[in-house]
Amino acid sequence: MSGKAQYRLDILLGILLFAGMSFALYMALIGAPTERTMGDLQRIFYFHVPAAITGLAAFATNFVSSLVFLLRKNRRWDALALASAELGILFFCMVLVTGPIWAKPVWFVWWTWSPRLTASFILCLLYVAYMLIRKSYEDPERKASVSAVFGVIAFVDAPLVWFSIRWWRDIHPSPMLETGGLDPSMRPAFYACLGAFLILFLYLLRRRFCLETMRNKVDGLLLRLDEMR
Amino acid sequence: MHKIWAIFRKDLLIEFRTKDSLTAMLFFGIVVLVVFNFALGSLHQAVRSAVPGVLWVAFAFSGTLGLNRLFAVEKENGCLQGLLMIPADRGAVYLGKMLASCFFMLIAEAVLFIAALVLFNLTVRNEIPWLMLVFVVGTLGFTAVGTLLSAIAVNTRLREVLLPLMLFPVILPILINAVEATDIILNSADYGALKLPLTVMSAFTIIFATISYLLFERVLEE
Repeated sequence: MSGKAQYRLDILLGILLFAGMSFALYMALIGAPTERTMGDLQRIFYFHVPAAITGLAAFATNFVSSLVFLLRKNRRWDALALASAELGILFFCMVLVTGPIWAKPVWFVWWTWSPRLTASFILCLLYVAYMLIRKSYEDPERKASVSAVFGVIAFVDAPLVWFSIRWWRDIHPSPMLETGGLDPSMRPAFYACLGAFLILFLYLLRRRFCLETMRNKVDGLLLRLDEMR
Repeated sequence: MHKIWAIFRKDLLIEFRTKDSLTAMLFFGIVVLVVFNFALGSLHQAVRSAVPGVLWVAFAFSGTLGLNRLFAVEKENGCLQGLLMIPADRGAVYLGKMLASCFFMLIAEAVLFIAALVLFNLTVRNEIPWLMLVFVVGTLGFTAVGTLLSAIAVNTRLREVLLPLMLFPVILPILINAVEATDIILNSADYGALKLPLTVMSAFTIIFATISYLLFERVLEE
């Protein structure tokens, strides 16, 4: 894609993001009906669950791009893996912050070691470790392949973490969309928020990816400059 | 096969001549047990139910020390290049190293377990074969991914600091299931219930040994 088309795409995504977020905010805070027992507190659900889904999408992106990098050795995939890992951590931090805020008045505890909570927390820690690996390697080529290896391991580990803690009692509300527990009048707000979060993810992913490829390009140019001297 | 054996034998020889990492592993493990003895001082009666967790924390900590040394030894003496030049594929290097670290960890676990029996006043008799099974499967899983991560950590700036940060979140399924299994053996003696944790641990070991075997090359290339 040419520079101009890139720029247009950025502008378009930005406008879409602004409109989507405003609409989602309106739907979640004003449009959706108030829940009977939890009251306005339930509205945090419209941010908590979409953030979790988006975070999982980010980690899945990291896994796929790590795998493709290991097969193809193209640095663009490494940049994509880095961008998605950072965003996954960001979205999971949102999940881990909004969760306890909701849980304290409803469950009467900030935190409980139920499978869903534990697994989300561990997933976040795994990708923080991923970032630490990236930080402590100097050679960019080695950094890319080693962190891709760890990206694969981290994503394969996640379901194992999940299954091995499943027999503990889980008090986390089960996924409402599967069981049909979410009232139809609340669905538009939920889907609006999910859409807004996904656009936000795509927008940030693109920006971060472009920044990283630019950085790689500059590093390459500096290296060539050194050689010419 | 004999290449894997050669690397395994080489690591054993180095260790039995220097006794560096095994001493450190044993001593650190015992220190952990002693610290836990004070930390859990108030629960005299319930101490038996805390033992599985304490044991596996001690195993994991001392195992991490061993894993740290696994590739650091090669790095310090410049042997990593030599190891990469041997006429065998990198998977063989991985398997040899993994078996060696598994062997050291099992020795350390045996000693630490006896120490724990004394320090926590436990008696076991019929449980021993079952415990051995759980220790062997758990340790295989621990070293399957530990060996790969140790190879990653040795080339970084942070080295020894980085390994536990990567290892413990990844190893969590093994730790949870090993603690559950040890708890079943020590506190309920319902051996039928062992099937689930042992299956999960074996699945973990097989999955991660395969991934590490395939990707080890990418970690160690120069």
